[in-house]
Parts: sequence; C-alpha cells; structure tokens
Amino acid sequence: MTELMPAEGVFSLMWLLIALPLAGAAVLLFGGRRTNTWGPYLAILTVGSSAVIGILMLLGMMQNSPEQRSIGQTLFTWVFVGDFSADMAFQLDQLSIVFVLLITVVGTLIHIYSLGYMAHDHDKRKFFGYLNLFVAAMLLLVLANNYLLLYVGWEGVGLASYLLISFWQIKPSAAAAGKKAFIINRVGDVGLSLAIMLMFVTFGSVGFQDVFGVAGQASEGTLTAIGLLLLLAACGKSAQFPLQAWLLDAMEGPTPVSALIHAATMVTAGVYLIVRSNVIFTAAEWAAIAVIVVGMITIWMGAIIGSAKDDIKKSLAGSTMSQIGYMIMAAGLGPIGYVFAIFHLLMHGVFKAGLFLGAGSVMHGMNDNVNMRRYGALRPLMLITSTTFIICYLAIIGIPPFDGFFSKDDIIHASFERSPIIGVLAMLAAGLTGFYMTRMVAMTFFGKARWEDDVHPHESPKVMTIPLIILAIGATFGGLSLVYWGNIETWLEPVTGIETIELAVPAWVFELTTLVLVIIGAVIGWMTYARREVPVEAPRGSWLTRAARKDLYGDAVNDVLVVQPTFYASRWLVWFDNKGVDGFVNGSAAFIGGLSGRMRRYQTGFVRSYALSMVGGAVLVVLALVLVRAS
Amino acid sequence: MNPSNYVILSAVLFSIGAVGVLVRRNAIVVFMSVELMLNAANLAFVAFARMNGNLDGQVVAFFVMVVAAAEVVVGLAIIVTIFRTRRSASIDEPNLLKF
Amino acid sequence: MTDVATDVNTGELVVFWVCAIFAVVGALGMVLSRKAVHSALWIALTMINLAILYIANSAPFLGMVQIIVYTGAVMMLFLFVIMVVGVDASDSLIETIKGQRVASILLSLGLAILLIWGVGNGLVESQSVGLEAANEIDGGNVQGIANLIFTKYLLAFELTSALLITAAMGAMVLAHRDRWQDNPHQRELSIARFKDGGHPGNLPNPGVYARHNAVDTPALLPDGGTSDLSVPRAVQARGDERPLDRVDIAQVHEITEGKSE
Repeated sequence: MTELMPAEGVFSLMWLLIALPLAGAAVLLFGGRRTNTWGPYLAILTVGSSAVIGILMLLGMMQNSPEQRSIGQTLFTWVFVGDFSADMAFQLDQLSIVFVLLITVVGTLIHIYSLGYMAHDHDKRKFFGYLNLFVAAMLLLVLANNYLLLYVGWEGVGLASYLLISFWQIKPSAAAAGKKAFIINRVGDVGLSLAIMLMFVTFGSVGFQDVFGVAGQASEGTLTAIGLLLLLAACGKSAQFPLQAWLLDAMEGPTPVSALIHAATMVTAGVYLIVRSNVIFTAAEWAAIAVIVVGMITIWMGAIIGSAKDDIKKSLAGSTMSQIGYMIMAAGLGPIGYVFAIFHLLMHGVFKAGLFLGAGSVMHGMNDNVNMRRYGALRPLMLITSTTFIICYLAIIGIPPFDGFFSKDDIIHASFERSPIIGVLAMLAAGLTGFYMTRMVAMTFFGKARWEDDVHPHESPKVMTIPLIILAIGATFGGLSLVYWGNIETWLEPVTGIETIELAVPAWVFELTTLVLVIIGAVIGWMTYARREVPVEAPRGSWLTRAARKDLYGDAVNDVLVVQPTFYASRWLVWFDNKGVDGFVNGSAAFIGGLSGRMRRYQTGFVRSYALSMVGGAVLVVLALVLVRAS
Repeated sequence: MNPSNYVILSAVLFSIGAVGVLVRRNAIVVFMSVELMLNAANLAFVAFARMNGNLDGQVVAFFVMVVAAAEVVVGLAIIVTIFRTRRSASIDEPNLLKF
Repeated sequence: MTDVATDVNTGELVVFWVCAIFAVVGALGMVLSRKAVHSALWIALTMINLAILYIANSAPFLGMVQIIVYTGAVMMLFLFVIMVVGVDASDSLIETIKGQRVASILLSLGLAILLIWGVGNGLVESQSVGLEAANEIDGGNVQGIANLIFTKYLLAFELTSALLITAAMGAMVLAHRDRWQDNPHQRELSIARFKDGGHPGNLPNPGVYARHNAVDTPALLPDGGTSDLSVPRAVQARGDERPLDRVDIAQVHEITEGKSE
C-alpha cells in the first residue's frame, strides 16, 4: 500500500463532501412542512456543491504524481476501547474519487430530475431529505478509511434505501417491498459485521492500511472466511444470488430512487467492497472463485428475468442484476478484472441511470403505467426521451462507440483469460442482453400503439429531459474518452493492480464475436416484438418465461427455506411458551401458594406456640450435639 | 460429690423454667420463668468457673445479670403498656398477628 | 462420687442438697401457683437458694449480687407490676391451645434428660480445679472479678452501661402516658363539689356537744338529735356507735356551767 498523503488545499474540504448533503438532510427532515417550497432546491444545492468539490478534487489529484494520489484526512478518534481504536477518517484515492464523482454528479442530475418527477408530491421535502441522506451515507461508504466507518455508511445507505422504497408507504406493496429489502439486506450486513469482527480478531485492526498491510501473514483459511463473508455482504447489497429477491420489489419506490440507488450507486457498493478488499481476494483463491460463480449465476438470472418481465422497471431491474453480475464476476477474476469491474460500474451507472430516468419519463407521460404491453409507438411523441433511451440502450448492449462496448467487452475478454467456459457463458449472456433490451425498446417506442383509453402520451418537462440529455452524452462519449484520453487502467492501477491479458487469439476476435452475438440477439428481439403484433394480455409462454415472471422462484425459495420455517418455529415457540414455560411458572407458583396456604396455619399468633417450636429446635440441636459427642 | 451436680441442677431448673414459659399464660409469670432459666444458666457458668479454675465464667454470669435486669425493666414496661390498653396480662390475648 | 471430688467436703454436700431441693421446690411452686404473687414469692425462694449455692461455689460476689439485684430489685419490680396489674388476677387452669401442655412437658423433659445425659457423659471424668488459686491472685473474689471487668471485658462492660441507659429510656417511654387535658384547678374542683348537691363543707366532727369526743360518739345537733355523718361508716357498720339518747337540760347546764345541781 502506498502511504496516505495529508489532506491539503482542496483536499482539506474532503469532510464537506459528506457534511453538505448530511446538513441538507438534517434541515429538510427536521425543518417541517415549510421546507416543502425551498427544500428541494437546497437539496440540489448541497449535492451540487459536493459534485463541484469532487470535480475540483479530481483535477487536483490529476496534478499529483500517481504515488501521491492517495489522500487521508483524520477528523477525530471515533471509537477508542482498550487496544481497539477506529478513527473518523477518510481516504480519497483513485478508486474513491471515481465513486465520489459517480455519486455526486449522477446524484445531482437525479435530484434535478426529481424536481419535475416529484413536483406534485406533497411530501417532497421528505423525499429530497432522504435522497440527501442517501448521498451522504454513500459518500461515507466510499470515503471511509476503515471497515467500521464503511459499515456505518453501508447501514446508512440501507436505511435510505428502505425509506425511499417505501416512500409511498400508503401502498401496502411499497411498504412490504421496503421491509423485504431491509430484511434481506440484513443478511448481507451480518456477513459484513462478522467479516469486520474476524478482521479485528485476526489483524487487531479494521483500518484499510493496517488490514491490507498484514493480510499476507494470515492463514489462507482465515482469509477465505473473511472473503466469503465480504461476498455475502456484497450479495445482500448488490442483489446477487442468493440474496437477489429484494431488488425487483424495490422498484415500488419512485423512479428517481430506482435510478440513483437501485441502479447507479448503492447496488454497486458490493462491487466497491470487493475491489477495495482486493488484497484479501487475491490471497484467498477459493473466495475469488465463489465470487465468479455468484456473479455468473446472477448474470444469467438477471438476464432471463429481464427478458420475461412486462413491467418496464422490473425488466430494467433484472438488467441491473445482470450487469452487476458482470462487475462482480470481473472483480472475482483478480487484478486482471478489478479495473474493468470499476470501469463497467462507472459506465453502467451512467447509462442505467439514463435508462431508468427515461423509463420514468415514459411513465410520466403514460399515467404511471409500467406495463410495456400497454406502450408502443411512443417515439414520435417523446422525441428526447426516446432518443436518449435508445442511446443508453446502445450503450448497454455494447455497440461501438458507446460506453458498454468498451467496458463489457473488456470483462468478457478478461474472463477468457481465466477460463474459456466463463468467457463463453459471459459472451452468450451479452447476446441475451441484446435480446431483452431490444425487446424493451421495441415494445416501448416502436410497433403499434396499445395505450389505455384515457392516456395522452406527452414529452416530459425540461427539468426532466435535460438530465436525460446529459446522461446520454455521458453514455456516448464516456467510454471512448476514458479509454483513449483518460486511460482509466493506469489511473486505477495503484489501487487495484493490473495484469495484461495475454491470449493467443487477438482481442478483436472476441470483440467481433461478442458484437455478432449481440446483434443476433437484437435482431431476434426486433423481429419478435417490433415486427409482430404484441398482445396486450401476456401469452402463457414457455416454462422458462413463466418461471422468470415469478423471479425464477426466488420468493418461493425464500418462502420455503426461511419464511415458513420461521412461522412454524415461532408458532411452536408460542405454544411452548404458553404450555411449557408458563405452565412451569404458573405451576410452581400454584404449588408454592398452596404450600404457603397450609403452612400459614402454623402462624397461630400465640407466642407460646412459637416458643414451643423454639424449644423443639433446641432439643434437636442438643440431641445433635450429644450424638456427635457420643459417636 | 462431683461438681457436675451443680450443672445437673442447672439443667433441671432450666427445664422447669422452659415448662413455665410454655404453659403459663400470665405474662408476669412467663417472665419469672425466663428469669429462672437465666439463673439456671448462671449457675452453670459459676460451676464451670470453679471447675476450670478461672473467673471468666463468673464475669459472664455477672453480665447475664445486667442484661437480665435491663430486659426485665423493658419487658415489664411492655406488660404494663399492654395491660393499660387491653386490661389483661395474658400472653394469649395479643394474637392478632397471624394468618 | 465423693472419691472424685477434691474440694467438695461434707458440709458443702449438705448445703448443696438442702439448697438444691429448696430451689427445685421453689421453681416448681412458681410454675404451679395459680396466683402471680405466690409465683413471685416461690421464685424468690429459688433465687435465695441459688445465691447460697453461688457462695458455696466460691463466688461470694455473685451471691451477694444475686440477693441484692434479683431478690431485692428485680423481684420488687415484679411485685410492683403485679400490684398495678391486679393482685387477685389468677390464671385459669384450662389450657386453650390444643396439645400445648403435653407437648411442653414432654419436650422440656426431653431437654432435661438430654442435658443431664450430655453433661453427665462430658463431666463425669473431669476434675475440679477450684478457684482458690484464681481468687488469691488479686487478693479476693471481688478484686479478681473487678480486675477482669476493667481489663479484659472493659468494652463489654462499657456497652452494658449503654444498654442500661437504653433500657431505662425504653421503660420510661413505654410507661409514659400522654395527658389529654389539664389537671383540675381549685375553681373546677369547687364547682364540681357544689354541682351534685352533696355536702360541700366539712363533715361534722364526732363528739361535738357530747360528753365524749371519741370517734364512736356522734355529734349533737342543735335540736338535741345526733348526726350520722359524724361517725365513720365502718364504725356504723359494725354497730359500735355509742348509743346517745336525748340529754337532760340539767345535764347540759352541768356541762356548760361546770356545776351540778
């Protein structure tokens, strides 16, 4: 690890990155109803300021030499117990700054977008307050310099996610979805807390510098355990198999929330965790393999679900699962993949936010209907929305020169280095991505209009379309500029390390094959959903379609494995409590009561009776003494 | 004659005192029985002092007398107080503290 | 038994048996008397005999204290209280608590047997050292006890003083009775005297205007009759009133003018 540089100049404002949105959240959440009018602007201002500070910091960092780009700032000693201490301290390095920019810039755009999207909600201030809280927690997560502080941010984003998913809590489904997300996330959080405890026991510290510095000395078994626990945490937060079930329900939240939290930033926290802990995963071979397996399963699960859902947001959520699966898998590949995982994460954050916001814009014009079978032929009516959506669509399926082409092809390329099987599976999934995204675009913007009667589609206001345009521009040029101009590989290299891919086959062969597969998938999708009539009622479909509509039985599995046993266990415990515990307690109380009722008869009130028992006792004592003496 | 005769006499007197405490109902007589038991104990102390050849037993007997005197004073005052309110010196009368 | 004893001579043997019998008789008498006064007298007998036994046991100081404190002070206190509570109050002999009497006697008998058995077992072989040597060290029994009290047992001795003070305070507090109203003064007393129409003034003295002034001689009234009020009722009840008939006028003259006709 490189030594941390002291925070000077613009970097001394590091704490402000977090403090500004946090202050905004405090004002909005404690300020009451009167903040409804100006509160949203304050929220945008705080996040925008953080974004400006982040950009200034990036510029400052670029002036430094690569060895001096890791900057630490310690505010105060936060926890100090015996040998253990944890500081309220931040670490800004090449990895963190990528996240900071993603969070603050995309966050600002989504804040602005929400101004239009939530214009008529009478609890605007709460919404913006929660969003600010989320941004603050997420920044804390990526800026923390120890695992304990990271855990605070980790829980903070979980809280914000819960609050925002069930923001419209008058809908029972939204309230249930919030709880579901929270509870499933708890499973992952247990993994993270256990990992932190194990680190403390093993290394005596939870700071990044300390842990990574001495990680090599620990046994491989311990490192594997820590790695698997971290993977569990990542699965919970990033909706990876087997903790994927909450993400689809999380779409009950407002669309900007889906874009910011459940597509661009929070769900990628798992990827951040694994990449940040790269030292541990590099040393623990089997943990890394588990990461690849989990990632691969989720790529396919997400893609299959995304292909079958008619709900535009849930389809996008399946796509998000699948894309994060790519990142997780890339992170499992080792130093060869870390850079591409982060690269894809960044690109995905941009284009998936664009897709979600575009979907929100469509819903805005369609009376909040999410059923794609009720869309169709919207392109002429929503020119800006459809154009930006299609740009982001091209980015996600990986058509050059859009973002996804660079980041996803790199991942596929790197996975062949690891094993041809992984490579082929990842490549085929890319083809499936082409199919389901084409299906979505075709059903929404092309084909025939299948609108409900009282729907009058219209373009969204500028406050919503401008963020879309900015994101579309990012999706168009972001990948290109980062590869040929910004050179993200060398930028991240000090943090993650890098290995060059050395394969006998040249890189363009993989790129071309992937492209061909994607185009095949897209053409199939186009032929099925744009050229043919799309029925308003969903056909029964194959067994795979039916399974995918039910989230590949994720809920059913959870129900059988966890929910029902818990129900039965609690019923049995209630029965046991009533009959067993209460029976014993009440029985012993009744026994003592009855005994006392009999024994109190000996409390006659006559002093002489008591004296008689005293004499009896004295006789016994003397008898005992005499017998002891005699024996 | 063995000095243990004194101790045996003490035991006899002590038992008679115990019977008096248990059988009599007049509080004053009960008190006298208690005094008899204390005196029996004193006799044993005195006899033991003689047998062991040191005066500690007599000193203890002396303290017993002091304590007995104090006890009698307070006890009789209590009897008088109870008699004043209940017009009776029977120790079976105040038996309200029961089940 | 006598062969074991070294310092118990025949005289003491006699004293022991006499006093022991008296003491036991006194104890039994106390338990068996129906009247509290008799019990008090019986126990006084026991205590005096015990005092004698103390003296016989080389404890002259305790013997004297026994007589002074117990027989003198404590028993007098008992008698005072008996006086307050009522001399004639005697216990009924009917036992009210079921089985109390039988159980008491059996248990006490058992206690006595156990004690005697235990003591007999423990002491039958023992030798009596005697107190002569111990008494000689300080020049006497009283001096020896004083020496112990003021050295080894000083703390206990001081504590007994606190105990006695506390007992005295307790007795005073318990026996004290709150006065609900003021004592009647002369005014209230006079009003009360005239209110019920009784005889407000002094009763007439016996023997006024009579030839005798003994208490059995009723006073003469101006009309020559006699006043019943002048003779104590006890005398009247016994019928010892001096009969006094009407008096001759000449006899009156003789009395007043000191001459006989």
